Amino acid sequence: MSTTLKRVHGYLAEFDSVKDLYHAAEKVRDAGYQRWDVHSPFPIHGMDHAMGVSRSKLPWFVFFGGLTGTTVAFTLQTITQTNFWGSIGLGFLEKIVETYPTVVQGKPTDIWTLPAFFPVMFELTILFSAFTTLFGMLALIGLPRWNHPIFASKQFHKFSDDGFFVCIEARDPQFSQEGTKGFLEELGGRNVELVEDAI
Amino acid sequence: MEATATTPSTDTTPSEPRILDREPLVLNNRSYAWISNRICGIVENKQPALWWFLFLPSVVLTGIMAFCFIYLISTGVGVWGQRTPVYWAWDITNFVFWIGIGHAGTLISAILFLTRQKWRTSVNRAAEAMTLFAVMCAGLFPAFHVGRVWMVWFLAPIPNANAIWQNFKSPLLWDVFAVSTYFTVSVVFWFIGLIPDLATLRDRCKPGLRKHLYGFFALGWRGGNRQWSHYETAYMLLAALSTPLVLSVHSVVSFDFATSVVPGWHTTIFPPYFVAGAIFGGFAMVLTLMIPCRKIYGLEDLITAKHIDNMAKIILLTGTIVGYAYCMEFFMAYYSANKFELQTFMLRVFWNRESAWYYYCMFGFNVLVPQVFWFRAMRHNLFAVMVVCMCVNAGMWYERYVIIVTTLERHLIPGSWRTFDASWVDNWTFIGTFGFFMMLFLLFLRFLPVIAIGEVKGVLPQSDPHHEPDREPGVQEEDLMDYPDRHVAKTATA
Repeated sequence: MSTTLKRVHGYLAEFDSVKDLYHAAEKVRDAGYQRWDVHSPFPIHGMDHAMGVSRSKLPWFVFFGGLTGTTVAFTLQTITQTNFWGSIGLGFLEKIVETYPTVVQGKPTDIWTLPAFFPVMFELTILFSAFTTLFGMLALIGLPRWNHPIFASKQFHKFSDDGFFVCIEARDPQFSQEGTKGFLEELGGRNVELVEDAI
Repeated sequence: MEATATTPSTDTTPSEPRILDREPLVLNNRSYAWISNRICGIVENKQPALWWFLFLPSVVLTGIMAFCFIYLISTGVGVWGQRTPVYWAWDITNFVFWIGIGHAGTLISAILFLTRQKWRTSVNRAAEAMTLFAVMCAGLFPAFHVGRVWMVWFLAPIPNANAIWQNFKSPLLWDVFAVSTYFTVSVVFWFIGLIPDLATLRDRCKPGLRKHLYGFFALGWRGGNRQWSHYETAYMLLAALSTPLVLSVHSVVSFDFATSVVPGWHTTIFPPYFVAGAIFGGFAMVLTLMIPCRKIYGLEDLITAKHIDNMAKIILLTGTIVGYAYCMEFFMAYYSANKFELQTFMLRVFWNRESAWYYYCMFGFNVLVPQVFWFRAMRHNLFAVMVVCMCVNAGMWYERYVIIVTTLERHLIPGSWRTFDASWVDNWTFIGTFGFFMMLFLLFLRFLPVIAIGEVKGVLPQSDPHHEPDREPGVQEEDLMDYPDRHVAKTATA
């Protein structure tokens, strides 16, 4: 007979509706829990406030991602098409990239040809911002990952259909085997389950 | 409320009229589970016979398209119909046609998201998928139009042994960046929207390959609010980024023409005119695909008459803008006192007997036919909507043909005037792209949720944490939330 070691992830409780979940979240927040989350099939309006979650920092990442895109496009185009870098004493930058000058269209070869570069600068700003949004979001939410202890629960799969759950993790300093269970039941949670996964 | 209306009161100001209930976005009070079952059922159950009936010809047409391209590469660009003076012919017409269709998806996902049009949730997923497939079809044409398609990587700014860099001052290169950025950002947007729905499919699957694949692409989504919070921010950021992007793509496509010196192309009205036309054609294609879809898969409760009505109104609006642009273009040709410009338009509409009928088809299908959408009965008649959308689909192709081909046929040197004849390769390549497009769309229906499950659940009334099931009829929760004073006034008079 083999024995399996199990690690307690936390308590999972189901709630009947968005409204119940919302009010339960307010109470968990007020009870001072830190490591907990609510799981729902769709984002719930106002839940950040009910949980006391602060605004996402993602826009800052995206702002700098976008700036990078603009800079890349500006540098790429001016180095390969103009004498701008030489004219401000940074000619060595132009030397890095080998360019065969294509003198076409009668457009100026100095910085005043800049308006013709705006479309590409715009597009690369958007492109870099979009990639920063995707990868920044994934970094902030800690995905992708192969598995998570909460998937050991027998009822958790309902979260993506019509289940509304509160999960208080065992890592929370206020967590206690009896106290947290009683607390979730008091809030009106059903099927309160101790989620453990095999290690 | 009624009491105040019937009993005479000393207060002479009329009572505030009752706010009408909005039409529900999902009919018959469907539950969350019903929505999951209905949409995932499309993927999980066997496809109807009609699916195979459409899929097999699509595969055959895709094969024909592939054959045409192989024939083109192995023989030479001469197998297409381009001859002096028409060197931008069907390929560029088809490119602009398909890229235009690819505008509705991102418009629905981005602009309608920012303007809080909740009805978008039922159609955005399919429209975004359609966008990607249309842009894929579009991308084929310029790639092969370069002549030596194996050199197409020269479009990308990659250091090469010749030290030759792209001409970044050329609108053709702007186009490369605009279209490739648009495609990439649309894929990102589409994928981010899909993550929660892939998790739904993952959680419903029996263990096996399907579960692994859906699970892999769902990235381990757990639907926690700490995830949703960043997710929603990301979605909003992408919507905000895509809004100028979607307007820029067809503007840049129009620069290909507008920045040239060809009479009939060199016009400042082109960017807004092209963008309006793209949205117009894109919505027509969305309706063309979604009306049969909702019928075949029983999605009438999710894609309701209201959705179709709204999209028909957008078609009416953009069609009328396009009509205005057609007239203004002609007026400016006259008003500019530039005889070459005026001659181009007179040829296009009246004098060029061989090609003028393209112009009449364009004007009739794009401007006159959609005017029936002024009538509610027509917007609610699915047959009429389908007929109008088919006309618009055709009309938008004629528009691009008129702008590109008929302009070049009669350019500045009358000695080289020649009417364009499409070759069989031209014809079958174009028909083949429809097969390619349909094939991809049918595969999408087969493997991915056609409606954004999570988003539709989110617009149900019970998804609002302040939802009162036994609320006073006619008062919207959102009204109460936005105007607390008004709520007080209402309860006081009631």
